[in-house]
Amino acid sequence: MTGVLGAVITAATTTVTTQHSWVDVGTFAVAAAIVLAGAIGVVAARNPVHSALMLVMTLFGIAVLFVLQRASFLAAVQVIVYAGAIVVLFLFVIMFLGVDREENIAAEPLRGQRPLAIGLVALGTTGLLLLGQVAHWTTGAPHVAGTDVGEPNVNLLGKSVYTTYLFPFEATAALLIIAVVGAVALARRPPVATNPVDEVDAVDDPAIGDTSGGTPDAAPVTDVPAVPHPSDADAHEEARP
Amino acid sequence: MTINPDWYLGLSVVLFAIGALGVLIRRNVLVMFMCVELMLNAANLTFVTFARTLHDIGGQVLVFFVLVVAAAEVVVGLGIVVAIFRRRANATADDLHLMKG
Repeated sequence: MTGVLGAVITAATTTVTTQHSWVDVGTFAVAAAIVLAGAIGVVAARNPVHSALMLVMTLFGIAVLFVLQRASFLAAVQVIVYAGAIVVLFLFVIMFLGVDREENIAAEPLRGQRPLAIGLVALGTTGLLLLGQVAHWTTGAPHVAGTDVGEPNVNLLGKSVYTTYLFPFEATAALLIIAVVGAVALARRPPVATNPVDEVDAVDDPAIGDTSGGTPDAAPVTDVPAVPHPSDADAHEEARP
Repeated sequence: MTINPDWYLGLSVVLFAIGALGVLIRRNVLVMFMCVELMLNAANLTFVTFARTLHDIGGQVLVFFVLVVAAAEVVVGLGIVVAIFRRRANATADDLHLMKG
C-alpha cells in the first residue's frame, strides 16, 4: 500500500516537474471534476453511506490537487488520515447506528429554507468570485515562514513544524488527548443505578455487609433511593411478631 | 507552476459553497458533518495554493494543523451523535431542540 502510494506520488511529482502545461491542465481538470462531482454527491445522496463514499472521492481529488502543487506529504496524509481514518469513522458510526437507509430529502420541514440557503450560498459564491477577479489575492511578502522549494517537501515541513510551529504542534497533542477523553466520556453509559432493586439486594446480602465492615443494616442503605423493596417489607413483616 | 492559482481558488470557493449548502439544507447530522469536512477541505486547498504562490511552507503547516483539528472534531462530533442516537432513534437536526427556550 505504502509502496503503491509512494510510486503514485513520485509519478505525479515527476509529471509536474516536466513542465508540460497540458499535463498539468489536464490533471487539474480531471481532479477538479472529481472533486466537484464528489461534493455534489455528498450533498445530494439520499443514503448516508453513499455520501461517505462520495466524500472519499472528493478527498482523493483534493489529494491529487495537493500533489499537483508540490505538497506531496500533505497528499499522503490526506489520503491516510481523511480517506483512511475519518471516513472509516463516519462509516463505522453509520453502520453502528443503523441509519444506512434511504432518507426522504424531498421533504422540506422549514418552508423556504432551501431557496433561502441556495440564494445565500449563490450570493456568497458570486461575491467571492468577483472579489477574486478584482482583488489581488497574493500581496503578502513571500517566504514568511520559510521557503517551500529547495528541499524535499517532507524535510521542509518537518523543520517548520519542529522549529517555528513547535508550540502549536505540542498544543495539537493536548487537543487530541482532550478529544479522546471527551469521546470516551460521551460514549460511556451514564453511571446512574438503572436498577436500584439489584443494589438493595446486594446490600442485604450478608456476605457483602460483612466485608464492608460496618453495621449491615444502617450504613450502606443510606444512599439507596427511598423505594421500598418488596423483600425488605416481607422481612420486616416477618420480624415484627 | 503552469496553472493559474485563480483556478484553484475558484475551485475551492465552489467546493466551500457546496459544503455550506449541504450544511444548510441537509437534516441528517452525519451528512452535515461530511459537508463540514468539505468546507475544511476547501480551506485546505486554499492554504496549499497560497503556500505555492507565495513560496511559503507555512500554508502547508497550517493544513497539517487543520487535519489534526478536523480529526479531533470528527471524534467528538461523532461521539455526540452516538450519545444522541442512544437516547432517541432516527434523530435529525430538527429533532434536537432540547435546549430550546
